[in-house]
Amino acid sequence: MTASTLTPEKKEHHTATEAIGTTLRERLQQFLAFASLIVIVVFFWAMSPNFLNFSNFTAILFSTVVIGTLALGTTFVIITGGIDLSIGTGMALCAVISGVLIVNTGLPVAVGVLGAILFGGLIGFINGVNIAVFKLPPFIATLAMMLVAQGLALVISGSAPIYFTDDPSYSKISTGNIVPDVPNAVIILAVLAVVSAVLLNKTILGRYTYSIGSNEEATALSGINTRKWKIVIYTLAGLFIGMAGVLISARLGSAQPATGMGYELQAIAAVVIGGTSLTGGKGSIVGTVIGALIISVLNNGLQIMSIPQEWQNVILGCVIIVAVYADMARKRAA
Amino acid sequence: MEQKQTAAGAQVGPLLLKVEGVTKSFPGVKALSDMHLELRPGEVLALVGENGAGKSTLMKLLSGIHTADEGRFFLNGEPYEPQSPKHAQELGISIIHQEFNLMPDLTVAQNIYIGHEPRSGSFFLNERKLNAQAKRLIERLHLSLEPKWVVGELTVAKQQMVEIAKALAYDARVLIMDEPTAALNDREVEVLHDLIRRFAQPDTGVIYISHRMDELKVISDRITVIRDGRYVGTVNTSETTMKEVISLMVGREISVEAKPEGVQEDREVLLSVSGLSTKHLLKNVSFDLKKGEILGFAGLMGAGRTEVARAIVGADKIESGTIRLRGEEVNIKSPADAAKYRIGYLSEDRKRYGLLLQQEVNANIGLSSLQELFQSFGFMKDKAIRAKSTEYVKALRIKTPSIAQTTRNLSGGNQQKVVIAKWLVKDCDILIFDEPTRGIDVGAKEEIYRLLNDLAQQGKSIIMISSELPEVLRMSHRILVMSEGRVTGQLSADEATQESVMHLATLRPDENPEDAAELGLDESDLVATATTTKAGSP
Ligand SMILES: Nc1ncnc2c1ncn2[C@@H]1O[C@H](COP(=O)(O)OP(=O)(O)OP(=O)(O)O)[C@@H](O)[C@H]1O
Ligand SMILES: [Mg+2]
Repeated sequence: MTASTLTPEKKEHHTATEAIGTTLRERLQQFLAFASLIVIVVFFWAMSPNFLNFSNFTAILFSTVVIGTLALGTTFVIITGGIDLSIGTGMALCAVISGVLIVNTGLPVAVGVLGAILFGGLIGFINGVNIAVFKLPPFIATLAMMLVAQGLALVISGSAPIYFTDDPSYSKISTGNIVPDVPNAVIILAVLAVVSAVLLNKTILGRYTYSIGSNEEATALSGINTRKWKIVIYTLAGLFIGMAGVLISARLGSAQPATGMGYELQAIAAVVIGGTSLTGGKGSIVGTVIGALIISVLNNGLQIMSIPQEWQNVILGCVIIVAVYADMARKRAA
Repeated sequence: MEQKQTAAGAQVGPLLLKVEGVTKSFPGVKALSDMHLELRPGEVLALVGENGAGKSTLMKLLSGIHTADEGRFFLNGEPYEPQSPKHAQELGISIIHQEFNLMPDLTVAQNIYIGHEPRSGSFFLNERKLNAQAKRLIERLHLSLEPKWVVGELTVAKQQMVEIAKALAYDARVLIMDEPTAALNDREVEVLHDLIRRFAQPDTGVIYISHRMDELKVISDRITVIRDGRYVGTVNTSETTMKEVISLMVGREISVEAKPEGVQEDREVLLSVSGLSTKHLLKNVSFDLKKGEILGFAGLMGAGRTEVARAIVGADKIESGTIRLRGEEVNIKSPADAAKYRIGYLSEDRKRYGLLLQQEVNANIGLSSLQELFQSFGFMKDKAIRAKSTEYVKALRIKTPSIAQTTRNLSGGNQQKVVIAKWLVKDCDILIFDEPTRGIDVGAKEEIYRLLNDLAQQGKSIIMISSELPEVLRMSHRILVMSEGRVTGQLSADEATQESVMHLATLRPDENPEDAAELGLDESDLVATATTTKAGSP
């Protein structure tokens, strides 16, 4: 069982109220995360009125895209009680693959994009097999994959960025405006978030994600092929890696093989700030989206206030601690 | 339901389930050798045996979790080779495992139908149908559950109900229950027995594992005894005595300890609790614990006995009230603090709070005493730990191939004994045992009773919380009865009877105590009389 500090006898006492209040409490939890987001926004707005103009607003959303996409996939993994450290460098590798297919090989953009996404899926699949079949701890399996992906990105690209200058349609994936004034990447993130929420809440994939994270052994004993589903879940996270790779390279107009490291931690931070528990069994997509927004609002706001990068990291670190502590305190109080 | 022929007699009609010459070994352990078992249609077959006899192992073979090394199974006369839990389920075998197998973060309905959830298409869930289906099942089984309750927030007893509902959700032909009543009180046991009787049809059968001898008489048609992984025999329940069954089980005489002598009134009071209240449940709990005394805590599930223990050792926050040790007020903020005051607490939930399942047996036994007994300058004294562990493995008859065995691999009852050993090793003045004999076989229970008596004689004080009333009555010098977070009375060993204790345990404002508690009713006025007249006057 996952940890709960209540004793069974104690629980008996307020079972009914608790059970009825559960959905309410979940709402509240998201509401509180949302409230902190608002507080932060209002704070920056007060500090610098420019913060809330439309172009900065879109800039914030735009900067949320990459971390948000990675965080969406990782939410599934973390709810199973796992972790995925390979998403950052994996994303760089997928961007390189996209570059190789489109720029170096001259394949159509659509093929390159699809190839990059599927390659991400392959990364996730290998993670899943290592974890579910060979029983490697997720931390180790994905740490190894993180290094492999980082190395491969450099090897394949010859350590040089690949520019998509001859394929302007590629950049449009992120920077185009199907909806006026809103970058496509933002629309894509929104669609991905909705799809993720549906997957997590309305499908058996989602149910088994929670179930595995809640008690993997019991799930297996209930006749569910946990091995298969874990592979599926890591592969799904891999597809998100691939999409993030496309989105970031399209936005930059180039595949940067040396970047990527560090994104995994930001994505995990977004998931955790959003109330997903690292021990598994609990979490939500709404929370993750809010978590990702909090991170990019912070980055953006601090930049506008001309606070140096180093200090931004210090503040972000503190925010993570406060967010998770508040989350735990709330659960204890309930 | 009762069949015409004797247990050993020839069988008319096909057997529902037959186990023939089954053998199963684990590294270093022969869990089953040449085991037999016959389940007839329409019967409840009890399977009994000491801790580690191989009962759960046999059930795990039947449900496809492990595969047998040798031997065969037949289901309705057909060879039966379960490949996986799912496969067994599809063939009509449903099992409630000894340890809970629920997903605490999911709801009751989601747990019941996990793996079989109603879908739209093959991928999308149909949550409404799921809840409706669960509601119907729960009503059919007369359980007090709601489909949308989150399982992790339920009591052990309610979780057990969820397990039962889960097992009965499919059209099972064979229902296997591995110690389903270990965590239940008498009232809940009755609910379960009712369910079993309703489940029993002419073409279904139940295999029922339990260490509670009293209930075998009530629920079973026949009893199969297993010892050291071997088939010993089968008897008709109506034609046997529990004494006979026990002697088949243990293969030796077990000496029954006499009820302990009363403690003199003038003994020093070691622990004195007064006016203890907590936010959620406890209201004005007061009592004294004397040196060398075994104080029994009786009450129904949810009465707050565990809460008292947790409050004393600092695991839960105290709202008001004082705790005095040898007359001096102490402020215990955590179990570690409690340990400094030489108070030990054995939790009722061994899996969650009691054991490091991945660690070796001796690591568990030594864990609580590392600081005091098993280290010098921060280095562990492995040899001493091993010596102590060996001693207690012998004393408590813990069945394990070696003290270096991973604790997870021990049988349920033997894991419980490891927890007990851990606290016996530690030199505490006050020991609080919460359901210490849960899942422990009759023979080993006697060993534990004897050890507790020895400890008391040495001047240690013991609080014993137990849902098994006979055990409390037998072991305690004095019995404190609780109901809904209050002390409703204290009885001396002589006054206490099953009836007098139950009377106090059920003193409450309302027919249904859970509902009352859940609604947050304040019943202070209603039991105040009982509390004030009885509390603090042993
Ligand atoms: N996975 C395992 N690895 C090693 N040994 C095991 C394993 N499972 C069970 N055993 C051993 O097999 C023997 C039988 O265990 P089993 O759990 O069947 O006993 P049991 O009759 O159910 O006992 P209890 O009444 O305590 O539940 C024990 O000695 C136990 O230590
Ligand atoms: Mg067992």
